[in-house]
Amino acid sequence: MTTVADYGTYETAWCPGCGNHAILGAMKEALASSGLAPHQVLFISGIGQAAKAPHYLNANLFNGLHGRALPAATGAKLANPALKVIVESGDGCTYGEGGNHFLAAVRRNIGLTVIVHDNQVYGLTKGQASPTSDEGFVTKAQPEGVHAEPFNPVETAVALKANFVARGFSGMPEHLTGLIRQALAAPGFALIDVLQPCVSFNKVNTFAWYRQRVRELPAGHDPTDWAGALAVAVRWGEEIPIGVIYRGSRPAFEERVPALAAGPLIGREVDRERLAAIVDHLK
Amino acid sequence: MRDSRQILIGGEAGQGLVTVGQLLSKCLVRAGWRIVVTQGYQSRVRGGHNSWAIRFGSGEIAAPVEPVDLLVALDQESVERHRGELAPGALLIADESLDPLGLPGLRVPFAKLASAKHANVAALGVAGTLLGLAEELLAGAVEELFGKKGTDTTAENRRALAEAYRWTLSTNTSFQLPGQPLAAAPRIMVNGNESLALGALSGGLRFLSFYPMTPSTSIALTVIEHATAMGVVTEQAEDEIAVVNMAIGASFAGAPAMVVTSGGGFALMAEGLSLAAMTETPLVVVLGQRPGPATGLPTRTGQEDLEFALHAGHGEFARALLAPGSPEDCFAIARKAFFLAELFQGPVLVLTDQFLADSYRAVEPFEVRELPAVRAGFAGEVTVPYRRYAAAEDGVSPRLLPGQTRHLVIADSDEHTEDGHLTEDLEVRNRMVAKRLAKLEGLRWEVIQPRLDGPAGAELLLVCWGSSGAAVAEAAAELRERGTTAAALHFTQVWPLDPGQFLGALRAAKRVVFVEGNATGQFERLIRRETGFEAGGNVRRFDGLPITPGYILRALAAAGITQGVSR
Repeated sequence: MTTVADYGTYETAWCPGCGNHAILGAMKEALASSGLAPHQVLFISGIGQAAKAPHYLNANLFNGLHGRALPAATGAKLANPALKVIVESGDGCTYGEGGNHFLAAVRRNIGLTVIVHDNQVYGLTKGQASPTSDEGFVTKAQPEGVHAEPFNPVETAVALKANFVARGFSGMPEHLTGLIRQALAAPGFALIDVLQPCVSFNKVNTFAWYRQRVRELPAGHDPTDWAGALAVAVRWGEEIPIGVIYRGSRPAFEERVPALAAGPLIGREVDRERLAAIVDHLK
Repeated sequence: MRDSRQILIGGEAGQGLVTVGQLLSKCLVRAGWRIVVTQGYQSRVRGGHNSWAIRFGSGEIAAPVEPVDLLVALDQESVERHRGELAPGALLIADESLDPLGLPGLRVPFAKLASAKHANVAALGVAGTLLGLAEELLAGAVEELFGKKGTDTTAENRRALAEAYRWTLSTNTSFQLPGQPLAAAPRIMVNGNESLALGALSGGLRFLSFYPMTPSTSIALTVIEHATAMGVVTEQAEDEIAVVNMAIGASFAGAPAMVVTSGGGFALMAEGLSLAAMTETPLVVVLGQRPGPATGLPTRTGQEDLEFALHAGHGEFARALLAPGSPEDCFAIARKAFFLAELFQGPVLVLTDQFLADSYRAVEPFEVRELPAVRAGFAGEVTVPYRRYAAAEDGVSPRLLPGQTRHLVIADSDEHTEDGHLTEDLEVRNRMVAKRLAKLEGLRWEVIQPRLDGPAGAELLLVCWGSSGAAVAEAAAELRERGTTAAALHFTQVWPLDPGQFLGALRAAKRVVFVEGNATGQFERLIRRETGFEAGGNVRRFDGLPITPGYILRALAAAGITQGVSR
């Protein structure tokens, strides 16, 4: 039986009070309570403060390039669908540098659990705007404030029919643990955008700012109603809904690949007789 | 000149020229001829001018040549463009409505022989008759291709062929064949790209990601055709950055992986290449070269990306660069690439080009039943706790696959400790750099010996790499026939180099001339950098066409290196 202790405790490189700490804790709780052993789990992360998170627990890990966690995770999942593949990175990495991969991965509905630490700012590079920064957000790099419309990842994921779309808040770790546990159990692409205050570089979207605005979805919300989910997903501002916003039922990408019907790719022998027949056919 | 003839079929894209070319090539191969196909096409789906040239003979031909002995012109432009390439005694096959510009040959009443839809099959029939191919042979090939379309089409095609045979025989025209075909030992007809795909499948390929790009797309298409049967996952990714990262992720998880691209796509993969090296993940990259910079001449050939492939990716790391010269090489080198990538846990690049990619040949069937394939990962005992990047003298640490044991596998693109976690400990940094670069020494042990064709210590040694090997060897052979002792030295691996394998040959020759498909002499410069050897001249081609024996001989004569040898 797996316990939180199996996932270990490590010193981190994060600021005291950072929203990342609670997300790490929630992740370990969710993994342990899902009965997943560390060796059954593969984390794929990019670059950024959030992308360091999987270094602070026990599991397999491929910490790749900035923005490129999703394609690497897609390849790993297709090579071995038996692995529980979790992508963990920040908003800049996932929605900015990796924006095209985000759209493609959602469209494929590849079986990944994607946890995005969304603090609406670049932390590791010390405080520039991110794709989710609100319009008018002032930084040293955007002294007149951000001129672009913020990217709403939840809206986009619902619009493109990811199988599981949720928003969490690192100030509500128990709620977040529940979301992660549900995402881990969902087939296909599962996104949790986690509101995560950056105590060093975002003085606007603070714990207090989020706490005033987050609203748990009412019990009556039907996540399987796509149009209703989309109406919830577009909400942002004075009230920010959190919880499971959408649940779809598209088949996971890996279930549709004929070569995987016989199980994972690894360890298979080359079918030499078949290949000889292919060569013979070229005569 | 080696005894061979060349047929060139010219026309617009969309006229069925590739179909005619493929069918005629296939029939020549089945009749026992060796072939070398050179395809020229433009970056458009309809119109423009395309050509399919088939050199055939029964000798060891492997190089593209310019002279045309039989021109099958499907439009007027083909007559005009190719009349200058005709060899003495060449014949033209063209519709009677076209102006033959005084060229001898057959003015064919295609409208009377077949409906417009089947005119290309009639053209095939006319050419086939002149080439002495049995009508049944052509009919069989046509039926294989169109058979599924229904009996009406089949019957129409049969009728067009029969009419074409009857009409051509009635003209009493003869075409001189290059000797007798070989005994009909069954050969396969494959091009460079198909051979690469087959070599990769036999080498253990399990995952292929790609983004369509000429001239490499058909490697992916060949793998896709057999993916379900062979248990390979393929994915057309959103861009080449995704392509390379997907392949790295798949390889990390245990599926031997390959990506196929050309220069522009490879440029997008550069960061991923560096990632494969840093995380020590096996990766095979096929770079089908075409002329640049930027989009360049997208459907033409060149050898311009050697230095790019050698230096692509930030930071310093070990890699191998292989450069096949023929479809047979493509098969063997694709296999070798998988073994090197797995053995040394890093990137291996295969440099091919448009000419080789599209060049069909008659090849002895690849014997795949006895060949071993790579197995990803390490099956032995590991020390506990497992450390993915444990110190190893040869730089190669035991590579476990995630989820296959209870040990945790941790890889990082940051500098990392032996257990895979990021570090800024500079002592560790130094040890890790040394560990990764130690692989270069191992790669040197595995270098493919360059092939010397001709006498050692020749008056003239022509040095080349990749797809130009056969053209250079043929040029050297022709020079020998004309009294110059000439030899060719052909590299199918261009990095790392083992000077012990070739420096003696370079020094023994009286004059060494580098022949390559770029404007600046990239391989010549690489050899100089690595050995200090100074070339005694060069032949360079960068107009997008393949290097031919004739091009080499003309360039050597023009440079005053050889006298009076031209073709």
